[in-house]
Amino acid sequence: MAWTRDEMAARAAQELEDGFYVNLGIGIPTLVANHIPGGMNVTLQSENGMLGMGPFPTEDEVDPDLINAGKQTITTLPKSSFFDSATSFAMIRGGHIDLSILGAMEVSENGDIANWMIPGKMVKGMGGAMDLVAGVKRCIALFDHTNKRGKSKFIKACTLPLTGQNCIHMVVTDLGVFDRAPGQQRFRLRELAPNVTLDEIQAKTEADVIWT
Amino acid sequence: MSKVYPTATSALEGLCVNGLTVMSGGFGLCGIPENLIAALRDSGAQNLTVISNNAGVDGFGLGQLLETKQITKMVSSYVGENKEFERQYLGGELELEFNPQGTLAERIRAGGSGIPGFYTKTGVGTLIGEGKEHKEFNGETYILETGLKADLAIIKAWKGDAEGNLIYKATARNFSPMMAMAGKITVAEVDEIVPVGSLDPNFIHTTGIFVQRIVEAKCEKRIEQRTVREA
Repeated sequence: MAWTRDEMAARAAQELEDGFYVNLGIGIPTLVANHIPGGMNVTLQSENGMLGMGPFPTEDEVDPDLINAGKQTITTLPKSSFFDSATSFAMIRGGHIDLSILGAMEVSENGDIANWMIPGKMVKGMGGAMDLVAGVKRCIALFDHTNKRGKSKFIKACTLPLTGQNCIHMVVTDLGVFDRAPGQQRFRLRELAPNVTLDEIQAKTEADVIWT
Repeated sequence: MSKVYPTATSALEGLCVNGLTVMSGGFGLCGIPENLIAALRDSGAQNLTVISNNAGVDGFGLGQLLETKQITKMVSSYVGENKEFERQYLGGELELEFNPQGTLAERIRAGGSGIPGFYTKTGVGTLIGEGKEHKEFNGETYILETGLKADLAIIKAWKGDAEGNLIYKATARNFSPMMAMAGKITVAEVDEIVPVGSLDPNFIHTTGIFVQRIVEAKCEKRIEQRTVREA
């Protein structure tokens, strides 16, 4: 059985460390917030101008002036702070954020990521994704291993316009986990999802990775 | 000369000419100057270049200016959530310049601070870096981005006084403090104008030097994604 989206998020959450400042992308990465280990102090950054993102509000607590980067209503925590967009991206571009977990359309074997644009389709924009992959110390891409037609999304070279070059340090998919140490060029398979065989993941991976 | 104007329309009087470059604060629909956008629409000014992180939604926020085809160019980081935008863009009626969100914020901050350009790693090796000057610092490659200014900045704050001092509420702050600096004329729409002296000088976010006009106006504050948990 491959991992569900929630299990993928839970696996990515194992990469969190006490004291980390973390930015979670829209989609599956948002689910990582539900798996922060108890007792661990992790501060979530929302790039629209907040550190210390709290849970969704109750109906009575909804405040239109308090949203996350996905434009969802949220709440504060006792440790929360607000700031403007330039300060927010000073945190991101200045290397002050420890970890970014983001979705991907494609990741290449050399750590390039594409997640903002499909040529010929309506382009919505990159938002803060290019800043995050260029500025955050460690970036984890969290995505389904194959697309709807069964084609690998972890590939030799991205075919879509890039969000960033050589910036992904770990790949977590529904089939397994790959990572590479700083300065290391190639990814290595670290973990298989339960009941996923090496044959299966190899067949579904176009990228040249270290399998042993 | 008072900075305080009685209505959004009067606060924009004499400013809304054709071909204007306008910065408009807000992230999604959070912290947008709703009444000033409506007043800009009603002015009928054409051929506007609008610098704003997003382009509103259909019929609300900057979507109102798209409906009337007053905008010819948008500079933004993300423009989903807007069918009319998509229609005009795909039809070639609307020019669009994407900026990474942090690059956009920093370009505005730089423009307002007298900084004509800066180097950043964001966008290196992507479409954003194409055609831009590349330079190495300590073995890493950066691209040159330029500062942005505007003829007019319209922003939204929580409380302000007659001097133009402003404080913002929660995440409604976003781009407004930088836009206040980068506008030749900055007009602030606030929930409440308070007496001079009642804002604690320690906690003013935008100082009055950056704000030329201020108006108190009631906002709808529409929510894009009302997401709640059980009480």
